[in-house]
Amino acid sequence: MSVAIARKRGKRDPQGSLAFWLLLPAGVVVFGVIIYPIVRTFIVSFFRVNSALATDTPFVGLHNYLSVLQNAMFWQSMGRTLYFTVVSTALELVFGMVVAGLLNARLRARWLFRAIIVIPWAVPTIVNAAMWKGIFNAQYGALNAALTQLGIIQQYHSWLGTPWSAMNAIIVADVWKTTPLVAFFLLAGLTTIPGELYEAAMIDRASWARIFRSIVLPLLVPSISIVLVLRTVEAFKVFDIVYAMTRGGPANGTQTIAFFAYSTAFSDQNFGVGSALSYLIVIVILALTFTYLRLLRRSEMSLL
Amino acid sequence: MSTRTRRRNSALIHLLALVVSLCVLLPFVYTVLASVTPQRVLISTPLRWIPDHLDWSRYDQIFRGGAESVGATFRAAMVNSLIVAVGTVFISLLVGVLGAYAFARLRFRLRRFLLIFFLVTYMLPQIAMLVPLYLMLNSVGLLDSKTGLIIVDCALVVPFVLWILSNYFTSIPEELEEAALIDGTNRVGALFRVVLPAARPGLIAGMIFAFLLAWDEFMFALIFTSSDNAKTLPVAISEFAGRYTTDFGLVAAGGVLAALPPIVVAVIFQRFIVSGMASGAVKG
Repeated sequence: MSVAIARKRGKRDPQGSLAFWLLLPAGVVVFGVIIYPIVRTFIVSFFRVNSALATDTPFVGLHNYLSVLQNAMFWQSMGRTLYFTVVSTALELVFGMVVAGLLNARLRARWLFRAIIVIPWAVPTIVNAAMWKGIFNAQYGALNAALTQLGIIQQYHSWLGTPWSAMNAIIVADVWKTTPLVAFFLLAGLTTIPGELYEAAMIDRASWARIFRSIVLPLLVPSISIVLVLRTVEAFKVFDIVYAMTRGGPANGTQTIAFFAYSTAFSDQNFGVGSALSYLIVIVILALTFTYLRLLRRSEMSLL
Repeated sequence: MSTRTRRRNSALIHLLALVVSLCVLLPFVYTVLASVTPQRVLISTPLRWIPDHLDWSRYDQIFRGGAESVGATFRAAMVNSLIVAVGTVFISLLVGVLGAYAFARLRFRLRRFLLIFFLVTYMLPQIAMLVPLYLMLNSVGLLDSKTGLIIVDCALVVPFVLWILSNYFTSIPEELEEAALIDGTNRVGALFRVVLPAARPGLIAGMIFAFLLAWDEFMFALIFTSSDNAKTLPVAISEFAGRYTTDFGLVAAGGVLAALPPIVVAVIFQRFIVSGMASGAVKG
């Protein structure tokens, strides 16, 4: 936008011109990078592109989308992604609530507890994945060693060896890393609840369950909504931890939708279908996000 | 509440905190221990948890291995990760502060729309941008370069920084700036002289988030880098976890070293994480 237009806009909109200049750098940094790729991926999703250097790329209309929607692998990976998203987000919310409560409680050595809690969040995803891959290892893993020595299992298990348990192993790793972040978001909400509310409730001899249900939960709705949006979206896009722990295996049992898109585009060199897949992910995520945003607006989001 | 129930509750809370701390620490402590346990002890059944002597050979390999060794790759990746993360933090905080101030304080048309537009980009999966970005970077000669990675990482980090900072700025009383504005300072002057000093917790929280996001970024680095010139730690670790599948000790040692910088940053600044978000979480 030229300066002249900005000025003209400024007359009707006194702070508009300043806002324009302040937002310009962020706009360039973000949209300068992503606009072209987003548009191009969209276009490519309507063509057949079978290699990175393909010259013969016929227009196929909605064919890529239809072939994806008719592919059983797509629905299976969608199902796995939903399972991962729902279970990991639910566990992170529940554990996050407990940890947030503890972070907010009168603890001796509170600083130490806080310093310990922050650690998993800081561990990089790939390191986290490598760590849990070691713990779940079938030959020497710590989990096998601990469970055998405690007499809970008789023989070493191959935790990452079957689809179902491998998926749950990934969820464990993700919950370990992400619960602290969820707890910090919830704690930020908890600290705004005035102490008098608890005192009043205690004078009324309200039970802990009652206090949680009638005071804490309603006042935490904004924080919980934000955590839900962030976690659902992140979980739905999950790739890194799957790549590093199982590469989608065994027998594609941990292949999530983002991983499916990745392997379609890069292993099968099927860029048209890979692009269509990416856009299906985008559509699902946007649908989720806008549903959440509507809920959020009802819960007094001042900024949005 | 009687003193006795209060004491009992307090004991329960401390017990729970202890259990939670152990759940958090044990996996990581095992990894640290594995990195200094001799290979033959590490794969023994039944596992001896505490090794009879400490084996520092993996760290030696990482710190002193010559050219073409795991160590050389790892050291290069550590430097690359530091440069990419610091560069990303610097740029995204700079442009984030300016943009966040506009969102928090100025009234202009399309404000809501623009804010949502920025935030929605955070929702986009990286996979949807991978191939075109690869071609873009290739055409400007920024493939396998730290500069290229900083540019694409900033696009991921800036929306998040904008969100954290604009929330924090909104929580600072407007009267502070009004005084400065009456004294003849312009808006930008007021931002730097009045708002930023008052927004320190928010800035530090933004910095931590930006640093951890950039340090953690994997998919772009995986596709856009190919040599020690720009390969970051997550890519290097993922590679040697794939290559040395039987040597968990070496992977653990690399992992511990790669986790150290973000852990140090997060532990030192942890009190700002919550105070920086405190208003953010409430006001969205």
